[in-house]
Amino acid sequence: MPTTAPAFSDATASDSALRRFLHGLPGVDAVGLEARAASLGTRSIKTTAKAYAIDLAISMIDLTTLEGADTPGKVRALAAKAVNPDPTDRTTPRTAAVCVYPDMAATAVAALAGSGVKVASVATAFPAGRAALDVKLADVRDAVAAGVDEIDMVIDRGAFLSGRYLKVYEEILAVKAECARADGTDARLKVIFETGELSTYDNIRRASWLGMMAGADFIKTSTGKVGTNATPANTLLMLEAVRDFRAQTGVQIGVKPAGGIRTSKDAVKFLVLVNETAGEDWLDNHWFRFGASSLLNDLLMQRQKLSTGRYSGPDYVTVD
Amino acid sequence: MSDNRLSVFKTYKLYVGGKFPRSESGRVYEVTDSKGKWLANAPQSSRKDARDAVVAARKAFGGWSGATAYNRGQILYRIAEMLEGRKDQFVREVAEAEGLSKSKAAAVVDAAIDRWVWYAGWTDKIGQVVGGANPVAGPFFNLSTPEPTGVVTVLAPQKSSFLGLVSVVAPVIATGNTAVVVASADSPLPALSLGEVLATSDLPGGVVNILSGRTAEIAAPLASHQDVNAIDLTGADAALAKELETAAADNLKRVLRPQPVDGAADWTADPGTHRLTAFLETKTVWHPTGALGVSGSSY
Repeated sequence: MPTTAPAFSDATASDSALRRFLHGLPGVDAVGLEARAASLGTRSIKTTAKAYAIDLAISMIDLTTLEGADTPGKVRALAAKAVNPDPTDRTTPRTAAVCVYPDMAATAVAALAGSGVKVASVATAFPAGRAALDVKLADVRDAVAAGVDEIDMVIDRGAFLSGRYLKVYEEILAVKAECARADGTDARLKVIFETGELSTYDNIRRASWLGMMAGADFIKTSTGKVGTNATPANTLLMLEAVRDFRAQTGVQIGVKPAGGIRTSKDAVKFLVLVNETAGEDWLDNHWFRFGASSLLNDLLMQRQKLSTGRYSGPDYVTVD
Repeated sequence: MSDNRLSVFKTYKLYVGGKFPRSESGRVYEVTDSKGKWLANAPQSSRKDARDAVVAARKAFGGWSGATAYNRGQILYRIAEMLEGRKDQFVREVAEAEGLSKSKAAAVVDAAIDRWVWYAGWTDKIGQVVGGANPVAGPFFNLSTPEPTGVVTVLAPQKSSFLGLVSVVAPVIATGNTAVVVASADSPLPALSLGEVLATSDLPGGVVNILSGRTAEIAAPLASHQDVNAIDLTGADAALAKELETAAADNLKRVLRPQPVDGAADWTADPGTHRLTAFLETKTVWHPTGALGVSGSSY
């Protein structure tokens, strides 16, 4: 079982100690945070820098399909797109991963074998997370057994909001344990906070630290299934958290904003946030991801615009 | 008291996606009347404004082309009604822009309003005129129906700032296309005011998008844009028209070349239907009837 970074063994000793630690984190200046996120969004990224940003953003996408109507055919189509996003231009980078429900994981793994594109599966009764712990763990076990590279879990927001932080913490530890494979390696664990349901920036900061202390490899904003998803402000806050966590413990954690990022312009703004907050070390798809589906088409259209000089249109990318 | 009152100048803005943005570039240019006296500053659109307008027009296309022809006719007629109520403003703007007397400008505005009514009537009739049942040598119903081309870029006439504008925009949207309109470069004010009328006429946002600025600068990215289906070159001079038609060939845009009347100031002639049919595609459906004559049926 993975252990907590020693620096935090005191903080996680009991529910009250954990609460003391999390409530002892500095409060978030909401106005300042939003102003900072907005001001970083005004950077003008042009020409070669834009081309670099677009390719980087494509390589960071977790191409996602999480619909009740998903079929193996759709997952295979998405996998083909992840490997070869723009068939008219072979220089287009591959996406980082394909993200599916656990029952589609085996299909995705088979479709992506040998491509270098990873398979991520949501688990733990995604998106609500309202199921018994056994059920959640079985969900994770299935996905890991299907051969996925990454697990996207949701935290128990009900427990978090009612202050039972240790329950959330232990649940993440338990899921992390299920991520272990027979050969001794681990599937990387992304912990989704569903920031839209956490109400305050203070809560997002607390959840970030809680997740990181429990051994998350990635902290992720949201499921994409509620009204408010990734915003520049909540992503900035989480980037500050991973930066501070590394400064304190030496452990680097990834960040994944998900949901609501649809245009290249938005994606580039997030990349600016990453560079200015966490730093260049995070400008890599091992440490930063976009959870998105329609974003890829917009990036491809922008890429076509840069290479041909003409504005492209939706007729020149796939209908997903 | 009225002597001391400060002037309240109007800020002319673009009309894109049902909203009134300034140019993304932040630029404006001076618009003068026919004698060179300053009238107002108009937004000088950039290629990004053109791109945004195409996105808005594409978004609006499904709803507008899917609306019933009858409903489109009602909305076009509503535009005429709204214009009638703001006639004084348009008479003034047209008189200033084109150097006409008030009575001549009033006649031009009346003609423009009547043109909306003319095209409003055509929306649910053009299908019968250019579509229909085709006789074929086999047991099939064979039916052709006109369908809108898609997103149409319209370069409005340079001289006739209002009647000419209406005469090129109305036929494009009457059949269910959506339009990105580049207003007359020197006299854009009536076009920008028309946006305010369209916004209050039940016309869904994005069906008509109006840009002002230098025609060549805005038209070039629109002509090469892969998501624009057709371009009306009315407001382009011969050299520009040639250049744009070349760029438009890339994705096989339908092109309407400048017509003999287009450069003229007088657009009062009977418009006919050629501008309606210029931006229509024909869909033909074959439907088997079974062997004719069997069981006495002859359909």
